[in-house]
Amino acid sequence: MVNYQQRLDRTFAALVDPTRRAILAHLERKEGASVSELAEPFRIKLPAVMKHLDVLADAGLVTRSKSGRTVTVRLRAQPMREAMEWLKHYERFWSGSLDRLARYAEAKEAEARSEKR
Amino acid sequence: MTSLTLVRRIKARPQLVFDAVTTPEGIAQWWGPDAGPVLVAESDVRVGGRYRVRFRKLDGSEHESSGTYLEVIRPERVVMSWRWIGGMEDPGESRVEIALRAIPEGTELTFTHSRLHDEETRRSHEEGWSGALRKLEARFADQT
Repeated sequence: MVNYQQRLDRTFAALVDPTRRAILAHLERKEGASVSELAEPFRIKLPAVMKHLDVLADAGLVTRSKSGRTVTVRLRAQPMREAMEWLKHYERFWSGSLDRLARYAEAKEAEARSEKR
Repeated sequence: MTSLTLVRRIKARPQLVFDAVTTPEGIAQWWGPDAGPVLVAESDVRVGGRYRVRFRKLDGSEHESSGTYLEVIRPERVVMSWRWIGGMEDPGESRVEIALRAIPEGTELTFTHSRLHDEETRRSHEEGWSGALRKLEARFADQT
C-alpha cells in the first residue's frame, strides 16, 4: 500500500517535468485526447511521450483506456487535489501564525509609543 | 517548485517585527496555526544558530519543528532551515525566509516557505509548476 507521503512524492515528481505539465495542461483544456494528439506539439518521438504518460499514470494523474487502436488519455483529479490540500495545510499554518505575529508586533509598537510619551 | 509566499502589512516598525519573529519571547506569542499554546520556544539568532519550537493545536495534537539560521540581517531579513520533528508529516528539510521592508505605516513582511518537497521538485521551475497547479486547481474546484 502506497502511503500519503509517497503519493505526494509521485505527484510532485510527475509535475517537475515541463513536457508532462504541458500534457496535463492540454488534457485540462480538452477532455480526453489520443496519444498521437498529445505528442503532436512536442519535438519528441511517440515512445518518449509514452514514457511520460507512464509516469503520469503511475502518479494517478491520468488514466488510459483503449478502444480498438486508439488509446484515450484522460486527466484524473484526485492526486492533484491531494497535493493542493497538502499545500493548503501549510498555508493555513502560516496564515494563522502571521496574523498573530502582526497583532503581537502591533501591540508592542503601541507599548513602545506610550512609553515614549 | 513547491513554495508558499504570504505578505502582511504590519503597523509596527521593522525592528519590533524582527524581534517578534526571532526572540523566544516573541515566537511564543504567535507560532502555530490556531490559538493553541507554544510549549517550547528556543532561538539562537545568529548564522549557524539553532531554533526549536513546540506547539499544541486546539485539537490537542502537538507538533515540533526546528532548524538553523542561515542568514540574519536585523531588521531586514532572516532565513532559516525548517524541519518537522517526529510525526508522519516529515517531507525533509525546507526553507523559511522572512523579509521586512519599512513602509510608511510600519512594515511589509514577505514570508516564503520554499523547497517544500523532495530534491527532484527542488530543481523544477517555480513558475511553470505553480502556474500549472493553479490552473488545474481552478478546474478541479468545480469537480468535487
